[in-house]
Amino acid sequence: MGAEWAVAKARAQAVGAEWVADKAQAVADVVWAKAVVVVAASALAMVAAVDAVVEVEAAAVGASRSRSQSIRVTIASGKGGTGKTTVAANLAYTLAQNGAEVHFVDCDVEEPNGYIFLKPDIERTRTVGILTPKVDRELCTGCGKCGEICQYGAIVVVKKTVLTFPTLCNGCGGCALVCPEDAITEIPREIGVIEEGMAGKVRFSQGVLNVGEARAVPIIRELTRKPLGKTVIFDAPPGTSCPVVESVRSSDYTVLVTEPTPFGLNDLELAVGMMRELKKPFAVVINRADTGDDRVKDYCAEQGIQVPLEIPDSREIAEAYSRGELIAEAVPGYSEGLMKLHEFISQELQR
Amino acid sequence: MKELVVISGKGGTGKTSVVAAFAALAGNAALADCDVDAANLHLLLDPQVQESHEFVGGSIAVIDPEKCTSCGLCEELCRFGAAHDCGLNRQGMPAPFEIETVACEGCGVCAHFCPEGAIKMQETVNGQWFISETRHGPMVHARLGIAEENSGKLVSLVREKSREVAASHGCGVIIVDGSPGIGCPVIASLTGAKLALIITEPTLSGLHDLQRISELTKHFGIPAMVSVNKYDLNGDIAERIEGVARDGGMGIGGRVRYDPVFTKAMLHRQSVVEYTDKGASADLRMLWDTVQAQLADSSAQATTTGEGDGK
Repeated sequence: MGAEWAVAKARAQAVGAEWVADKAQAVADVVWAKAVVVVAASALAMVAAVDAVVEVEAAAVGASRSRSQSIRVTIASGKGGTGKTTVAANLAYTLAQNGAEVHFVDCDVEEPNGYIFLKPDIERTRTVGILTPKVDRELCTGCGKCGEICQYGAIVVVKKTVLTFPTLCNGCGGCALVCPEDAITEIPREIGVIEEGMAGKVRFSQGVLNVGEARAVPIIRELTRKPLGKTVIFDAPPGTSCPVVESVRSSDYTVLVTEPTPFGLNDLELAVGMMRELKKPFAVVINRADTGDDRVKDYCAEQGIQVPLEIPDSREIAEAYSRGELIAEAVPGYSEGLMKLHEFISQELQR
Repeated sequence: MKELVVISGKGGTGKTSVVAAFAALAGNAALADCDVDAANLHLLLDPQVQESHEFVGGSIAVIDPEKCTSCGLCEELCRFGAAHDCGLNRQGMPAPFEIETVACEGCGVCAHFCPEGAIKMQETVNGQWFISETRHGPMVHARLGIAEENSGKLVSLVREKSREVAASHGCGVIIVDGSPGIGCPVIASLTGAKLALIITEPTLSGLHDLQRISELTKHFGIPAMVSVNKYDLNGDIAERIEGVARDGGMGIGGRVRYDPVFTKAMLHRQSVVEYTDKGASADLRMLWDTVQAQLADSSAQATTTGEGDGK
């Protein structure tokens, strides 16, 4: 029953691809996930939503793999500059060197830096847009219904004249749906791009938000729902608000990178609060572990949070980082810690 | 009123430490911590909270399970993947749909179109904001709720309140601690500022992020100045960064050396300039002098072009 229902809904949806992918993820833990894929595959082919099918398959296959060995890990932190990208890029590289099929996904779309270290060859670039209203003034009667439903001030009606402010629009589609004259069509407005390619053995994707755009989430949403590789490393933006939540939502496990300072501890507590709110498993990595004091460690012990890896402070690492080098290549011994971290995560996910 | 916004693009370059040092050096500045989802300035300035308020930033959809007939229209219409089918209940009947709170963007489309009127939009408290006193002047700060949205709105609110507080305390300058990135909270902390000070670090990441944040200040027409923190970590890249700044028409704010005193002062809950006079402390004093001069300059310019706000 669920399968038929899914197919019907997918057909109904004009921008079906996104919906189906979300659906597949939502049902991934349910037994009939595969049935949806099979039925959806045949039905959807007719509505030419080939992308959607691929994504349903990918999501469902991803779900079954996550019980064996495939993992999606997000590297996040409350505070910026604690070493997220360093850990994420080097982890991706190290795992790939050891034979894993790795996909590195840079979700810090405001300031993506992973490419500096992984040096990918970008093979494909595509734009990410959000749907914004275009008003046909011939049809518009100035009734004002669009302005009433819009919560963002992106469309207003002043003296029977409709004005749109595309940068405020979040693409909910309410105005087009509510317009009694069908005077509003939705046109995509570019807010950024997604670039993809290979970085040696690592499959690479990054989102880049256009400068001046406020909304990072639609790009991150697009990045995290793509057909992804077997082992996925998401590099999250700093903080604990919506872009970070979006980067954590679709992964199996999150590593919070912090530093043993009062700022590090304060922001770690916020990040831990976020993870608990999202009910997602996580562990902490302490970077520059021998600077600062023991309060981060004490906090983790008190809270029963595991710390599978501590990385010592090192001028050698800082300098290699400044030059855009992979630490795993430049500093001997660094990659062993990351392999242990990966092993730890795999074991946690099997428990 | 002169507003100085300290931003960085890249996180962890030392923004908050610089702001705390400036607060101590300025004597009577009003302070605004606009890094609302990972605020840190309070850890150095020990604010005594005078007023605390709830921040109602938006609303989220709530489904009344009694009225929901599981028709699925909300899920179909929701562009944010927030409305979910919950399958069957124990009796084998379709269970009421649910809204995933963290995914809901509060657009209200589901509530508007629900044929049963089963969905209501409910205002949400997205955080708190505070007016405080510190040893260096008044401070407005905030705390975005965990995994909450509307950080841009909260930043705008903090800035608005900091202007009121600055006026009532007779402060000549407002120093704003911004957040990393270039997205909504950063845009909200930048708009209308007199000067943006960009704190960066001599790494390729720092260079890349500087390029993007300087495009942003240009986009909004905010004069900007660049300072390289930990410059001696990589002298070559420090120079490249300053070259990019000059080419982009930005001022050079002076370099700050790599110095463990940043961490030590932080452990003592002090700003670097209170903790010591030596090393990076001297660099920060020079930086503040340069920034002050630039602020005086840019407000003079603004007044002559008729854009001044009458202080």
